[in-house]
Amino acid sequence: MALSYKDYLEPSQLPHMWCPGCGDGIILRAYTEALAELELAPKDVVTVTGIGCWGKADDYVSTQAFHGTHGRALAFATGIKTANPDLTVVTLMGDGDAVTIGGNHFIHAARRNINLTAIVTNNYNYGMTGGQYSATTPLKSKTTTSPNGVAEPGFDVCFLAEAAGANFVARTTVYHAVALKNLIKEAILHPGFSLVEVISPCPTYFGRFNVHPSPVNMMNWLKDKAVPVQKYREMSAEEQYEHFAVGKIVVKERPDFYTTYQRINGGQVAAEEGDGNGR
Amino acid sequence: MNRPVGVQFMQGNEACVYAALDAGAKFYGGYPITPSSEIAELSAKFLPQVDGVYLQMEDEIGSIAAIIGASAAGKKAYTATSGPGFSLMQENLGMAVYAEVPVVLINVMRNGPSTGLATRPAQGDVMQARWGTHGDHPIIALSPASVQECYDLTLRAFNLSEKYRIPVILLSDEVIGHMRESLTIPERDQLEIVNRKLPDVPVAGYKPYQTGEDDIPAIPPYGTEYIVHVSSSCHDESGYSHSAPQTADKLVSRLHRKIEKNKQDIVQVEWFGPEQADLTLIAYGAVSRVAKQAVVNAQAQGLSVNLLRLITIWPFADDEVQAALAKAKAVLVPELNLGQVVREVERLNTFGTPIHALSRIDGEILLPAQIMEKIKEVLK
Repeated sequence: MALSYKDYLEPSQLPHMWCPGCGDGIILRAYTEALAELELAPKDVVTVTGIGCWGKADDYVSTQAFHGTHGRALAFATGIKTANPDLTVVTLMGDGDAVTIGGNHFIHAARRNINLTAIVTNNYNYGMTGGQYSATTPLKSKTTTSPNGVAEPGFDVCFLAEAAGANFVARTTVYHAVALKNLIKEAILHPGFSLVEVISPCPTYFGRFNVHPSPVNMMNWLKDKAVPVQKYREMSAEEQYEHFAVGKIVVKERPDFYTTYQRINGGQVAAEEGDGNGR
Repeated sequence: MNRPVGVQFMQGNEACVYAALDAGAKFYGGYPITPSSEIAELSAKFLPQVDGVYLQMEDEIGSIAAIIGASAAGKKAYTATSGPGFSLMQENLGMAVYAEVPVVLINVMRNGPSTGLATRPAQGDVMQARWGTHGDHPIIALSPASVQECYDLTLRAFNLSEKYRIPVILLSDEVIGHMRESLTIPERDQLEIVNRKLPDVPVAGYKPYQTGEDDIPAIPPYGTEYIVHVSSSCHDESGYSHSAPQTADKLVSRLHRKIEKNKQDIVQVEWFGPEQADLTLIAYGAVSRVAKQAVVNAQAQGLSVNLLRLITIWPFADDEVQAALAKAKAVLVPELNLGQVVREVERLNTFGTPIHALSRIDGEILLPAQIMEKIKEVLK
C-alpha cells in the first residue's frame, strides 16, 4: 500500500502550535511527503530535533523521534547514526539550533560527513522566545533584542556547510514547496552529510519589523529574493547582496564518517580514495 | 583484542576501559582532558576491535549528547572527562536523567575550580555530581578507591545504568585514575552483566514511558517495530510533549521513586577497623585509602578509630552514616575539598554527635600523618 504523508504524522498531537503564516507547516508537509515517496517505514526513520518553533516538529511526527536540548540535535544524531547506520536520521533545526548555539556541532558534523540529513529552517530570528536576533539575522535587521538594528552580519548557512565539507548542500524556500520536497528526498538519499536550508517566513516577528507583517507579502518576498544558483553565480556582488541562491549548491561524493572509520580500523585504508577532497 | 584475565597490573583509568568493554560497551564519545585521557586513548584502540566506535567529539557538550544518542540507538555508551568537561556536560546529563537514557560518565576529578591544577587530584565535584544539572533529579555516583574498584565499579556503573535507566557517574580522581597496582579481572563467564529490559507488550498502543510497579520503563532501541519518542521536554507515557501540572509531577516523582526505593540495591559501603570505636572516619575515593592507613596507625597507638568508606556516593548512604553517627563519640570526614560530604553527614546528625572536617585543597593528597594529627586532636 502506498504511503501518504499522513502516515508520518501523529494525529493525536495536532493541530500544531505554529503561528498563522509560519512556514514550518509547509516544511513538515514536505518532509513527511518526502518520507512517503521514499517509502521509508516510520520505524526506520529517526527525527531528531532541538529547541525552538521548528524544534517542536518531532511532536507531530509518527517516526522514531529524539527531542534533545537546544543546539545539540546534530550531536545526538551523530551518536544515533553511528550506533545504528541502518537508520535514516533526519535532524530538524532552526537557525538558532543549527548555526548559533549549535554552530560547533554543525561544522563538525559536516566535516566528519556523518551520513544524515539536516533540514534547517532559517527564519532569521528566534521565534519561540519572542523574536530575538540569531546568527543568521541580516545586518541592521530589527528584532526584539536589536531595536535599532543588529550590529552583526549573519551567517550564510549553506556557505558554512560547504566550507566545513558537507557532501550535499541545497537551499530553497517554503514558497518553492515542490522543490523543497524534492530536495529533501535527494538529501536523504545522498550519502554523507546533507543540508537543506529552507528560508521560511516569520511574519509574527521578523516580518513585522523588517519585511512585512503579512504572510502573503512575505511569501512574495521569498519568491523575489530567491534566484537559481546558476543565475546567482552570474550576478554582480551588488545584485547578490539583494538575493540568495536556491537549488543544489554542492553535490559531492566524499565517503561518510562511518564508512571511512570502518575501512581505516578494519586495516584496509582505502588509499586510492584519499580523503575525498582530492587532497 | 586479548582480554586480560586473572591478576593484572595496570592503571586505574586503564581498568575502567577493560570494564567498559566487558560490560558490552560499543560506543565512546568524548573529548580528551587530563587526567582522564588514557580512557579515551585505550577506547580508541580497543573499540574498533569489538565492532564498536570511538568518536572524538568537538567538545564535551557534544560528547555526552553523542553517547546519549548512541544509547538510544541501542549501544551501551560511555564517556570520560574531568572538571571543565564535567561542567560542560551538565545540561545533557539532565536530559539523560529525564529521558531515561542509560549512559556511563567517568569523571576523573582534578583540582579546580576552572582550569585549576589539571594534573592534581581533588574531590571537588561531589556536589556537582549530585546537583550540577538543573532541576530536581536523581543521580547515581560511585567512588572507586583502587584499581580493582575502577574495574568493578565501572562494570557496576553500566549495570546500574541499564537496570534503572539513569546516567551513572564514576567519580574517580587523579590519584586512583593514574595509580598502578594489581587487580583481578574475572573470567568472562563469572561476570554479571545487566542489559536494559525490553518491552513485552503489543506494538500497537505501545507507550515507551508506561511503567509497571518497578517504575522503570521498558524502551527498545530505535529501529525495532516499536516507535520510541525520546524527549528533553516534559512528556507523558507516550514520550510526546505534555505540559499538564500532573504530568510534570508524575514524571519527576517517578524518576526519584525508582532510585529511592532501590537504595538497598544501589548503596554500597565498607566498614574498616573495629566494629565499635570512639571515632569514625567517613571517607571515599583516594582519601579513603589514606584513612585506612590512619586507622591502622591509630590502633597501633591505642586509639579507638574505625572507617566508614562510601563506595556509592549518590544516592547518599543515609542509613549507614546515621548508624555511624549513632555509635561513635565523634565523626571525622577527611576530603579533598572544603567540605562537601561532611555537609551531608551533618544533615543526618540527629544524635548531637560532634562532626569534624579535614580539608585539603592544594592539589596534594591528604597524608596518613595529617589524618592522624587530626584524630589525636579530636580524641584529646
